[in-house]
Amino acid sequence: MTSEPFGDLIERCRAAEDDLVRRWRADVAASLRGRISEVELDKELRDLLDAVLSAVGSSQGGDTKSPAYGEVRALLVDLSRARALQGFSPSETAINVFTLKRAVREVVGAGAEFQPFSDVIDDLGLFTFETYARAREEVIAQQAEQLLELATPVVKLWPGVVALPLVGTLDSARAQVVMEKLLQTLVDTGSEYAIIDITGVPAVDTQVAQHLLKTIVAARLMGAECIISGIRPQIAQTIVALGIEFGDIATKATLADALMLALGRIGVDVAAEMSKRGL
Amino acid sequence: MERLPILKIGSMLLVSIQVDLRDDMVIALQEDLADRIVETGARGVVIDITALDIVDSFTGRMLATVAALSRILDAETVVVGMRPAVAITLVELGLSLDGIKTALNVERGMRLLSLGGAAT
Amino acid sequence: MSAQELAIAGDADVVRVRQAVRAAAVSAKLSLVDQTKLVTAASELARNTLTYGGGGGAVVEEVFNGLRKGVKAIFHDKGPGIADLQLALTDGYTSGSGMGLGLGGARRLVDEFTIDTAPGDGTTVTVVKWAR
Repeated sequence: MTSEPFGDLIERCRAAEDDLVRRWRADVAASLRGRISEVELDKELRDLLDAVLSAVGSSQGGDTKSPAYGEVRALLVDLSRARALQGFSPSETAINVFTLKRAVREVVGAGAEFQPFSDVIDDLGLFTFETYARAREEVIAQQAEQLLELATPVVKLWPGVVALPLVGTLDSARAQVVMEKLLQTLVDTGSEYAIIDITGVPAVDTQVAQHLLKTIVAARLMGAECIISGIRPQIAQTIVALGIEFGDIATKATLADALMLALGRIGVDVAAEMSKRGL
Repeated sequence: MERLPILKIGSMLLVSIQVDLRDDMVIALQEDLADRIVETGARGVVIDITALDIVDSFTGRMLATVAALSRILDAETVVVGMRPAVAITLVELGLSLDGIKTALNVERGMRLLSLGGAAT
Repeated sequence: MSAQELAIAGDADVVRVRQAVRAAAVSAKLSLVDQTKLVTAASELARNTLTYGGGGGAVVEEVFNGLRKGVKAIFHDKGPGIADLQLALTDGYTSGSGMGLGLGGARRLVDEFTIDTAPGDGTTVTVVKWAR
């Protein structure tokens, strides 16, 4: 059962499993400062210890990349992901693994077989770090995406007319996402007119102006027209200075003017609509 | 070779492309449409590309050619249902399909044709 | 996904290359727009391989750069090669029946574009598109 380098360490750990978990939990809990319940932590560590001992005791005990460590790795992935999502720091997460060394040394005693065991724990600790970092990156990417979504409200102003009020600095990446969403909304709502209101945009650079232009051309290919409203004098200066040809693209001073233009083209009788709605 | 079906609806022809286009099918469609416009005396052609997940320069050229051909044959062509991702890609590719009428869907395309027919 | 080798000998093969590239792009989690751009570029390049290279092949594979995934597609032929590459990459230039947007257009649609060609020595075009 026991593989050579670890001697009888596994048997000794098994015999003292309860003490081991208690000692380990005390160390981990100190760093978590009560943010995870004792019961939860106890179960987590007990499962992990059991998996680690089985893996170490297997014939491939020295190789943490071997299939014998499958369950250990799965548990560590769960643990580090959960910690990353709960906002724990990398050290607070890795300590879950590294403190097992001290628990074993103090509870079971450190003989010659402790060194290979310690190496295994080091490997597992690094693995935890890596999964933690990956999970964090996923969280950050997801949040960035959600933020973009939030900052991209495409609103339906009238049957057949949608508006995209842009607020804040437009960088190239955001411009791209925003424009894609606008085009998709045209299809989803069957709208032939889109008003892009840039009153809230302080400045545009060449790339953003190009994105805007490309979106308008793409909308035309789909059978829809874009109207740009709220161009600030500064942005007009930029557009002209950059030599960007806005050609026959409709521009209006205000969102209201743009809406009137779109309604006129659709053939909406505003006065009749108002009386119909009792306004 | 598989040929795309061309439907006659009133004074209009409708082609709804539902398969992955091979280049030989694209060429055949261009020829068939010219023949059918003359044969039926159609005044308008609606090409529905809702199902196309890409339009490359070859298909783009076909659309432009059909539009030009039909104009000579006294019919108007409308391309309908282009997907946003396809439109964005075409713009990036450098194809603006100038002179081609477009509409969001078949219904709008047909309405555009009947309005245009009355106006011009 | 391991590299997939496809022959380009006829119109139907161009469609098959498009489908293989699409499948790889979906598996690499490219956005819909990026998928469309890559498949369109692949369509242009596969047609070039067929029309100007007299046929050849394509290799489609998923690639990794740290956490980022992407798709790499290689188009190779043993045709006459391209004498004036600069000219061939210019919009509007065509020696065949296309719109002259094939090479230059394809280059704009991808993140990485390399071309290896010499007169009489065939042409190999390699493109990569990364997930955003």
